[in-house]
Parts: sequence; C-alpha cells; structure tokens
Amino acid sequence: MADGLAQDAAAATEPQEGPVGRGSKHDSAPKHVAGEALYIDDLPEPAGLAHACLGLSTIAHGRLVSLDLAAVEAAPGVLGLVTAADIPGVNDISSTHRHDEPIFATDRIMHHGQPLFAVVARTRAQARQAALLARAVYEEAAPVLDVAAARAAGGELVTEPLKLERGDVSAALQASPRRLKAAMTIGGQDHFYLESQIALAIPGEDEDMLVLSSTQHPSEVQHMVAQVLGVGSHAVTVEVRRMGGGFGGKETQSNLFAVVAALAARKLRRAVKLRPDRDDDMIITGKRHDFVCDYEIGFDDDGHILAVDAVYAARCGWNADLSGPVTDRALFHADNCYFYPAVRLRSEPLRTHTVSNTAFRGFGGPQGMVGAERFIEEVAFATGLDPLEVRRRNLYGGENRDITPYHQRVEDMIAGEVMAQLERDCDYRARREAIAAFNRESRIVKRGLALTPVKFGISFTATWYNQAGALVHVYTDGTIALNHGGTEMGQGLYVKVAQVVAQAFGVGLDQVKITATTTGKVPNTSATAASSGSDLNGMAALDACETIKARLVAFAARHWQESPEAIRFRQGHVQVGGREIAFVDLVKAAYVARTQLSATGFYATPKINWDRKAGRGHPFYYFAYGAAATEVAIDTLTGEYKVERTDILHDCGTSLNPAIDIGQIEGGFVQGMGWLTTEELVFDDKGRLRTHAPSTYKIPVASDRPRIFNVALLQNAPNREPTIHRSKAVGEPPLMLAISVLHALSDAVASLGGHRICPRLDAPATPERVLAAVERVRAEALAG
Amino acid sequence: MRRTLRFILGEELIEIAACDPTLTVLDWLRLERRLTGSKEGCAEGDCGACTVVVGRLDRGRLRYEAINACIRFLPTLEGCHLLTVEHLKAADGGLHPVQQALVTHHGSQCGFCTPGIVMSLFALWLNEAAPDVARIEDALAGNLCRCTGYQPIIAAALALYRGGRPQERLAQAEAAIAARLAELADGETLVLGEAGRSFHAPVTQAALAELVMQHPDAILVAGATDVGLWVTKGMQIPPAILYLGRCEEMRSIVDTGDTLRFGAMANHGDVRAALAALSPQLDELMRRFGGEQVRNAGTIGGNIANGSPIGDLPPALIALGARLLLRSGTGLREIALEDFFLDYRKQDRRKGEFVSEIIVPKPPADALFHVSKISKRFDEDISALCAAFFLRIDAEGRILEARLAYGGMAGIPKRAAAAEAALRGRVWDEAAVDAAIARLPADFTPLSDMRASAGYRLTVAGNLLRRFLIETREPATATRVAGLLVEAAHG
Repeated sequence: MADGLAQDAAAATEPQEGPVGRGSKHDSAPKHVAGEALYIDDLPEPAGLAHACLGLSTIAHGRLVSLDLAAVEAAPGVLGLVTAADIPGVNDISSTHRHDEPIFATDRIMHHGQPLFAVVARTRAQARQAALLARAVYEEAAPVLDVAAARAAGGELVTEPLKLERGDVSAALQASPRRLKAAMTIGGQDHFYLESQIALAIPGEDEDMLVLSSTQHPSEVQHMVAQVLGVGSHAVTVEVRRMGGGFGGKETQSNLFAVVAALAARKLRRAVKLRPDRDDDMIITGKRHDFVCDYEIGFDDDGHILAVDAVYAARCGWNADLSGPVTDRALFHADNCYFYPAVRLRSEPLRTHTVSNTAFRGFGGPQGMVGAERFIEEVAFATGLDPLEVRRRNLYGGENRDITPYHQRVEDMIAGEVMAQLERDCDYRARREAIAAFNRESRIVKRGLALTPVKFGISFTATWYNQAGALVHVYTDGTIALNHGGTEMGQGLYVKVAQVVAQAFGVGLDQVKITATTTGKVPNTSATAASSGSDLNGMAALDACETIKARLVAFAARHWQESPEAIRFRQGHVQVGGREIAFVDLVKAAYVARTQLSATGFYATPKINWDRKAGRGHPFYYFAYGAAATEVAIDTLTGEYKVERTDILHDCGTSLNPAIDIGQIEGGFVQGMGWLTTEELVFDDKGRLRTHAPSTYKIPVASDRPRIFNVALLQNAPNREPTIHRSKAVGEPPLMLAISVLHALSDAVASLGGHRICPRLDAPATPERVLAAVERVRAEALAG
Repeated sequence: MRRTLRFILGEELIEIAACDPTLTVLDWLRLERRLTGSKEGCAEGDCGACTVVVGRLDRGRLRYEAINACIRFLPTLEGCHLLTVEHLKAADGGLHPVQQALVTHHGSQCGFCTPGIVMSLFALWLNEAAPDVARIEDALAGNLCRCTGYQPIIAAALALYRGGRPQERLAQAEAAIAARLAELADGETLVLGEAGRSFHAPVTQAALAELVMQHPDAILVAGATDVGLWVTKGMQIPPAILYLGRCEEMRSIVDTGDTLRFGAMANHGDVRAALAALSPQLDELMRRFGGEQVRNAGTIGGNIANGSPIGDLPPALIALGARLLLRSGTGLREIALEDFFLDYRKQDRRKGEFVSEIIVPKPPADALFHVSKISKRFDEDISALCAAFFLRIDAEGRILEARLAYGGMAGIPKRAAAAEAALRGRVWDEAAVDAAIARLPADFTPLSDMRASAGYRLTVAGNLLRRFLIETREPATATRVAGLLVEAAHG
C-alpha cells in the first residue's frame, strides 16, 4: 500500500471520541418513518392560500402567434392569471445571466412544455382544469431534437465550448502502432426526485416576499425572485428545511417555480403555492445531458493508450443553464484514472428544442468517464487483453505520468491500490475463469464481469462557488442552534455538520438543533452541489464554533485564572486546568460575564485556480476514488439481464459518518445503474417527451439492485488535504461506480465474439440495446 | 339504498354524505384531514409514496392490503378500515417495529418515499410471518426510492422479522375492527352524488346488473388502477360511476375440475394463487403484474374489460382458450376471450352489458404452455411485449393444436394466425420454430414507441418461440436471468 494510505493510520484507528466518525442516524429518520417530516406541501397553509398551475406550450419549436386565456380566466375558482406582462422586473431566470431563459415564452417557442402563463385558483385541481382551457395559436417550425440533428442544422451552441489539450495529438496518433475511431451515444436521465418541484410564496409588507422553495440553491432563488419582482435581494427571504430529493434537479430548475409563485403572490396579494404534477415536472424541467462522444485513440499492442482525440457533444436543450460547466466537467473526467500521453478534448454544447438540460449528480463527469472507459474497452478488445489489465497499464502514476489534460498534477492517486484491494476482495481472477467456463457451457445465458475505477475531482470548477458560511448560536441552557448555507436533500448533510459542531463543543449530538436553511441567516451561499456540502459547510460551521470557543476559553482563562492552553472541550464537559466544568455551566458563567455566544463562520477552499481560456490550472482541491466490480447475466434471446453481484470499495477519506456515506454509495450506485440501464428518455418526432412519468420512465426498483451487494469504505485513508476531519466528499463519486454494470453487460456480450469484438454497447443499455449488441457481435464474429 | 359513505379511519368512524365521486383518498387525507404523512409522488400508482393500508371484510375474513391512495376514489372505501402512516405509532409515541427497523438500518434518506415504504412493509408484516428477500422485493416493487438503492430497506425488512410478531395482539385488534366493519355492512347500495355527478356501489351482482341497465354510459370501476389516471392525469370528470368492489360474489374463484371460473372482481393476488397451480410461468407473470398495491386493487375483469393492447393477462388467457361471460340484466352471453377485442380500445361489450366471469380451461397434462413478459425494467413495468403459447402434440410428435397469443404487437391482444398455421402438423423442433418465425411479419406490424422499437418487438416475438422450444426440449438449459423462475434455482 502506498505511503499515503498508511499515513495517519495510527491516528485513524484510535478509538473515536465524540460524534465525528460515528454512524449516527439521519437526523430526520424518526420523522421520516412516522410521516412527521414536513415537506413544503405538508406545511400548514396560510389563510387564503391560492394554487398556481403553469400553462404549457404544446409544440416544441415555432412562434406563439396568439394566446387566448379568456376561458382560463372564466373557469371555476380562478382568481387570476400571470403572464409575461405581469412581470415587474425581468422576464428571465438564466442562472448564468445570458438572458436566454424567459419565465414565460412570449414569441419564440423553444421546447414542448415551455411555460406560457400561469393560472391561479382557489384549489390546485381548479387551477389544473383551468390551465387546459388556454387557446394558443402557433406557427410551428421543425424542432431540432438531438445531437445529430443539431449538427445537421449547423451546430448552434448554447455556450462557449471548451478545449483541453496536452501534447501534439495529431503527431501522437500518427505515431501510434494502432488507432481506431468510433462514437458512443450516452443517454440522459431524469432526476426523479420523489418530491416534485414546489414553491410557496407569502407576500409581506413593503416589497417583502418569503419563499419556501424545494431548492438546492436558496441564494439563487432569492436573487431570481428579486430580479423578477424588480426588488432588492434584501426584500426576499428563501427558506428550505428539506427536499424530497434533489440530485442536481433542484439546483437551477427550482427557480421557475419559485419566481412564478412569487409573481402570483405579488399580483394577487395572497400566498400562492405552485406544485406541478409529476408529468408536468418531467416535461418542463431539465435533465442529465445526453452526449455523443466521437473518439479517435492511438495505442500499442501492449494496451498502452498513446493518444486520445475526442469530442463530447451534448444535447443541452433550449438555453445555456449550466451546460457550460456540465460539458466542462465531462472533459475534466474524460481521463478518469488514466494518463493520456497526448490528448485533445473538445466540448460541443449544442442547442436543441428540448428541455434545458442541467445539473445531475456527477454534473457531466459521469458522461466523460463513460467515454474514458469505452476507450479502455476498445483497446482491450483490439489487443485481446483483459480490460482490467488495460485499465491498470494506463493508470496515472510513474515518471511524468501524472498530468491531467487540464495540466493539474494528480497528487493523491490511489486508484491502483483501491483496484488491487477490490480485485482481491471480490475474487476477480477466479470468478473471471468461472465465468468463462460458464459461458462455454451455457448456450443462451451469458455472464460478464467488469471492474472499473472512479477518480472524481472535488471543487466547483467555478472557483468562486467554493465558499460557505455558517451561523452558530449557543444559548444559556447549553443548547446550540446551527445554521449554514447547505441544504438537506436526504444526503445527511445536516447531521454531518451537526456532528462537527457537537464534536467541537464536546457536547452530545442531541444538544445541537439543526435549523432550516434560509437566506436570512446565512447570505450569499453556493448551491449545495458538486459534492461540496460537508466539505464547505462543515468547515464554515467549525470556524464559527472555534470563534465561540475562543471567546469561552478567554473567559474561562480569566475567570479561573488558568492559561488558555489548560482549557479543553472534552466529551460532556470542559476541562479548565484541574477542574471539570459542565458545558452549560461554562456557558452560563460566560453569559453573565457578557461574552458573545453567537458567531458566523466562513470557509473558502484553498489551493484552487482555473484559467478556462488557457485550459490550465488546478481546478480540484483533491480527488475522491473508488472502484466497483460487477457481474451480470444476460439472456441472448431477449437482451434481458440481471446484476448478480457488485462489490464496491470506496474512498471517503476519514469518514465523518460511515453509515451516511455507505448510504450515499449504495444509493449513488443504484441511481447510476438506472441511468446506464433502464432509464431511457424518449422524445417523439414532434419533440414531446414520451417518458414523462414512472409508468414509462423506469428507475430501478428493489429487485434491480445487485443480488449480492458488498460495499466497503477504504480504511486508513485520510484525505491528504486538510479537509473537515480529513474526510472526502461522497455525494457524486459513487454514481460512477455503476459504469461497472455497463461494462459487465458489454463483457457478457463480448463473450459471443471471443472478446475480440468491441460490443460498443451504448447507454442506456436497455434489453433492446443489449440484444442489438448481441446480434451485431454475433454477425461480426460470423463474418470473421 | 344508503346516501352516506361510511368507513373507519384509524379508530374513527367517518361518515360523509356528499362528496366528489372521484375525490382521491390521498387528496382527502392531505387536504381535508391534513394527514400529510402520505405523499403524492406520481399520482398514477407507480411510485408508492401514497401507500396506505385498507382493511376490508372478504367473505367474512378481515383482509388488509396496501393500495395506492393517489388513484383510489374515496367512496370506494365504503365499509373499509383505512390506516395511514400516522396510525402506526404506539399510544406512548413509540415507533412501530416497521418504523424502528427502518431507522435502525438507515432506510431513509430524503424521506419522501418512506411513509409509503413503511406502509407496504406494514401490510406485509400484518399478513406474512416470514417473507424471504424475494418476497420482500415483491412487496416493495410498487415503491420507488431514489436515494437509498433499497439495500438498507431490505435489510430493515429482514431484521424486522427476527423480533417475531405479537400474533395474539394483532388478532385481537383485528377482531375488534372486523366486528365494527361487519356492523357497517348493511347490504345497502351506496349512492353518493354532488353537482350532477353520481356514484353507485351495489352489493350484489343482480343490483349491479340493474344499475348498468339504468346507467348504460356510466363508467364501471373495479380497482381504478386505470380509471384513476383518467382523473388524475387525463383530468376527466366522469359524470357517473358504478363501483363493483362491494359485489363479493364477483370475487369468487371456482375450480370446476377442468376449468377455473374467475369472478370479474377477483383481484390479481387471488388470481395469481389460482393460476400458479396451472403453471409456474403464470405465477411469475402474475408476480410481475404492476406493483403489490396495483395487484391488490386491480382485478382480472378490469384488466380484460379495459381493452388495453398491453394488458398482461389477455395473451395468457387467450392462449389457454379462455372464455368470457358477459351479463346484461339477467341475460348471459358467452364468447371466446379473443373475440372480445375488436380493435384498439374497442371491445365487444354492448350497452348494458358487463364482464361477469372469466372461464379458463385448465391445460391438459400433455399440453405445452409458455408465458413470457418482456419489459424494459423487469419488475413493475408495462409489457413491451407479452407472449403466451399453447401447444398440443400428437403421438407421432406432430403439432395438433397451436395457440400463439401476443400482447404489445398490435392494437389488441392477438393470436398469430399465420405462425400458428405454419406450426400445425409439424414436428416441434427448430425447423418448426423457424417456419413460424418466418410467418410472424404476416401476423404483426408492431409499433415503435417508448417501450420498444418495432424491430425489437418482432425479433423477440420470434425469439420467445425459440425460448419455448428450448424450455420444452432442453429443460436443463438456462433461458432466463431474473425473477421467480430463476430465484428458485438460486435457492
């Protein structure tokens, strides 16, 4: 094992004192199971609450010639309408300030399901019924729906593309003993958070507006509401206690619902709630980007990749939204764990007449990485080497083999060790032989096995987002109120930060009250995204705790005539020299001595920088690693398959909460597996999403999870950077462990061609795509 | 006739004199009662966040089932006992064992699906003493969780049973509720209405027959697993509804020796038990029918009368040679099931008529029978295509009789007449299969849609004949990768 893995090992194995590192339950778990955890739609409703419903375009592309809303307005229960004419501020909610995202379309229709107006009624049912009565006249134009069509139509981009380049790719390709060129299609994914989008806006006096929004980014909702209402940000307060899932789908996509609720509330001077039906939610909101990756790779007979030239083209939808950073992150992960001696990566963020694709757990990284693993597979089948061997031979490491395509040095590389340990733990070699034997005997059912690694860059590539604030109050009874800019969407951020705070003061977790995220307490926050939640907010909260503790120490030193060094916050009490004082007694005494017991905290990630124009820098503070080995069985008559077994070894540094982290890993893996297998977005030729509800859009169910599912955290591997208690971010990286499922399926298909024909199994690998790959490999094997 | 809806919510008797006939149980709970523990995730019975447990007297026995509150109409709770996640905690505020197990095993993350999962597991806990992993997965097939990957939920469910169940206390509580429900069962037709809309729920088939004659345009509602969506998604406001769910006699399943006679209101769970005796493949087909909540609500008659081209039951029943008994007033008409389906969403059901019984001949011992359902996701999905095959082979090994029925291949569930003809008289071997496959394009011009392409449907329609051949000729050869038929092999 490398030095890094062993370092601090002694410290890490010491019995843990205090809440940090314990597998504490999710703070809301007892409320979840009792139905007592309140989501926005569950809150007591303000008197006179009205309900809004969005009226949507029924075409994907064209002009809105006229919009007759007379019947809508006259419908039972209707209180009023909201259209673009009612917007006091700006009819735009572009999160990147490109003015390409009108709230309501007024002229150009850019996708099927684009909001045209909102109707407000006494009940939600009345609003939904009324919205159907709109009569829109359109001048319809042919919609551009996918990457190929967008390219054929001239390839209009929604944002500036990125190029990452290192070395002379053309020369390296020329010099490569072997090269090949192909393409891969990678499907998108709907977030399918169980709680759909929702906002409740309550107007106050003056220009005040309180918005309860199911959002990962309260500050942005605040700024958008202010911009749309034409008021200062100080007039708008946005609050969120919890979301029923986010996964990136509530980073920018919650803005629309919040601003429409606020517009209606302002216009009608009453509280307004907007909760779209599941179908409307799926039709209106952006999803994971679909990609087409065109690649040319140069390699040698020993399976060494010598050059990679790839273009990642994305279906971005009708506006830029976050497509710039998403397609950037795809390029940042087109290397995964592998060193490319010469490389050129280009993004092509294409405009299409579909929903505007957006953030989704991994944020482009998964698509980039799926491409990288395809390159590996191509080399393996071309050379006849085991794909795992090809992976190993191309890992970062060794002399001059640690520079990424964006010129950041990989300084904390442990993928090789993680893979080696997993290979041993899951008995890869023996199973590989057993599977080969099985496949020789089994005519219809074939098995496959793949072990794939993950290296995921941690930090927002928009460097300024890497900051966070917190607010901590200690009350005179010794209880503590904690607030920070991070939002809780189920990932366990609140309990992790509470553990950090409880640990800092040496008190029990039950003494820390976690309070709803609100722009009124901690301002100018970043989205809870990029896996950064506990890294950033944990540090900010700790900073606030340290401020208060310093004041308490100074007070205690004065009061008891001890040196500050003699004062320690232990579990359950404070050690002041020879005395043991209960935390509450210290607090009370400090209060009486007029000590401030409230503090803000702040954190900005060190070391990072990024020059996008030059394509160089150090965008990531560190990398999170992991590896998964998955075995599948496929039916070569139907393409049906089953994931038989998955073994995962994942790197969380020194985990803040192993139970929460394992939950993130298992859940992320299954979500990623859904993306790569059964979750298929189908738009018809008119640009209408046909998979707009769970009846047609199939996320994994209980029986889809691997039949055998072993998940372990990498032990004794503290983060080499001084992150919060040396932990690592865990939100996104595990999703990409599911790439092992795609490659296990591919491996099973490849068995039909003696593992010498690359199945080129695209994603999602539905039974239909698996069967198509089976037939293609069979045909090619026959053709010899 | 009674004009007040009566049911029990927790311990409380609810009486409602006027109500929107298509008000969903979920909206009533959340909006009227402010019981917000049950969530709306999809409003179409696919995600299970709204799962509640309904107890009803079934031929004298109290029976608790998980159902989707989002597509269940409130008046259909007549005479039932409704339990929601709010009713599970003990009087002292302690968590129910199901709830505690989920907390202990970290079974919730965002928590939005959790109340539904709690209720599905609670129904399982009430009904079964020792479910295995496969059974637990089944019970949760209608509950989507996007956060956990299900692993801790299954772990919680397994752990739950290690503590045992207080059988006696459960039985006592059930006896008390059964007595209260028996009191409510007065045999009166329930009539509700509001603003020109009507809802009738008769208790006998005779009363139903009369009502169907009186209201020939009324929508007949059984489990509402499709009609519910006409309201929540199609935004329809049906003026008249006839609810069949109280006609207990229509839930009967009778084994006559050579046939099984299913009352139209037999739910999928009961139908499964009966069909499982005919073939493990039928057992598996029924296991994969929707989620548990849908199987509890949905009925065999509803699945047929609905006329969907992708209903899961018709192909299997057609292959078995099932017949349909249609009732009109006191008159009965018997037709072959395959003749019931006329065209896309058009059936041979005359005004005043309703599906009363389904008669399924048991396949003779020498018959070869096969069912395969192909879907994008293995469990809780709608068929891309469904195939059921029935063959009889004579003493010389030649095919005497062939019925090849497919769903998802045409606007209706349909037999492959040309392929059947190609099989008749041939030896059941690879050449026969090739001949039949060659004729499938003459039988079907399937559509491409979000479930599958036309090409995939046609290829697999043929490959399933190959699977049938292998399964009948080389039973040792593995042909399936998932589900009950494979789990058995895994132990």
